[in-house]
Amino acid sequence: MIKQLSCLSLLTLSLNLSAAVLPEDRADVMYHSYDGGGVTIDGPSLLVRKDFASTVSVSGNYYVDNVSSASIDVETSGASKYTEERTEYSVTADYLYDKAILSAGYTSSDENDYEAETVYFGISQDFFGDLTTVTLGYAVGDDTVMQNGNDNLQEDVDRQNYRFGISQIATPNLMLNFNYEAITEEGYLNNPYRSYRYIDPSNSANYLSATEVYPDTRTTDAAAFGGKYFLPYRAVVSANYRYFTDDWDIDAHTLTLGYTHPLKGGWILDFTYRYYQQESAYFYSDLHEFAAVDEKDFRARDKELSEFTTQTLGFGVSYEFQLGNSDTFDKSSINLQYDFIQFDYDNFRDIRGDEAIGEEPLYDFDADVIRLFFSVWY
Amino acid sequence: MIKKILLLGALAFITLLNTACSSLTEIEPWVKPYERQNLADPIMSANRDPISSAYMHHVYQAREGAKGAEGGGGGGCGCN
Repeated sequence: MIKQLSCLSLLTLSLNLSAAVLPEDRADVMYHSYDGGGVTIDGPSLLVRKDFASTVSVSGNYYVDNVSSASIDVETSGASKYTEERTEYSVTADYLYDKAILSAGYTSSDENDYEAETVYFGISQDFFGDLTTVTLGYAVGDDTVMQNGNDNLQEDVDRQNYRFGISQIATPNLMLNFNYEAITEEGYLNNPYRSYRYIDPSNSANYLSATEVYPDTRTTDAAAFGGKYFLPYRAVVSANYRYFTDDWDIDAHTLTLGYTHPLKGGWILDFTYRYYQQESAYFYSDLHEFAAVDEKDFRARDKELSEFTTQTLGFGVSYEFQLGNSDTFDKSSINLQYDFIQFDYDNFRDIRGDEAIGEEPLYDFDADVIRLFFSVWY
Repeated sequence: MIKKILLLGALAFITLLNTACSSLTEIEPWVKPYERQNLADPIMSANRDPISSAYMHHVYQAREGAKGAEGGGGGGCGCN
């Protein structure tokens, strides 16, 4: 199960924060790859967008994750390396009316033990001489959680997203933006394969494992503020800060810095740095003292709920060129983007060694993320 | 529920602002349209490569506890 990977993010591609114009007609085909912490995920993605009568723009996306996992979670649970596949389809439509864009979309994600469907609605409106763009969005998701080898497990997750965004032209060279998003989730939020560990009551030098116990609701709030500045020699610097908090007591800070530098001959270079830090959920512990006594006594040892930091260094190179007849294609580009991500956990321990319980080394790992894609505008 | 009411209120407010006070949309912009050539440069785009940025949000959401408010970057997905 790729619980978190059932993300349906492409629905929001239709959100246009710059002005009331429809997105450009373009097609992208991408190969993506993630390799880190014993997990490799790769696959294709195809995104095609086309407008009709200059008032309606329709897009479709096909996306695949091929997963091969021997992560620390798999190793320490005694399971063996596994492979699985997730397939996602999305369609969106945008309708331009005066200074507003109305958007709607649908996404379906399917894997052998997790299914997800999401419907999205949004509106984007320009104000004040097109200097200000306000967006509102609502999405509702319906997931089904299953477990391989257990036909009795079939649980639901209901999810609702509420979004607000504002984009502001501040000067001829500066664009500012603010985004807020609240998400409510209700249902089976556990990962049925995951265990927590607790001290063996009959031998404190040992530990036992039991299936995690999660709350069945979660409410999250995230607010982000950022800007892009056009430098005099045709380059762009950008910065974005996001604060996140939820009712599981996870607080997180994300800072992203970017620099884009075009070169002569159609080359564009991109550099990014991203810093992320989060606090633990209140029911997370690397080593619990006792087993849960009932279904309301929450217990987790999911490293995504622990206290940790990630840092990302990213580099991208893009080359624009004319493909074939300029009457058919406006332009095209080939792009390679690479990110190096470093994960450092503050209270999640690597228990694969022989150290005494509670004294194992803290876990860390690095990941390599690659996107190679070809784009054409028409 | 409070958030729903607030968002519906914001939607109603913006609709009202747009319809009843249409003159607001004719406010003289302090950055004139002919001064926006830099802002219109593709390298200033809020989401220059949607297929790539959506994938990166997907990567982070799968491995971090936080999510949402990715805005025009293609994130904020309606899922986990």
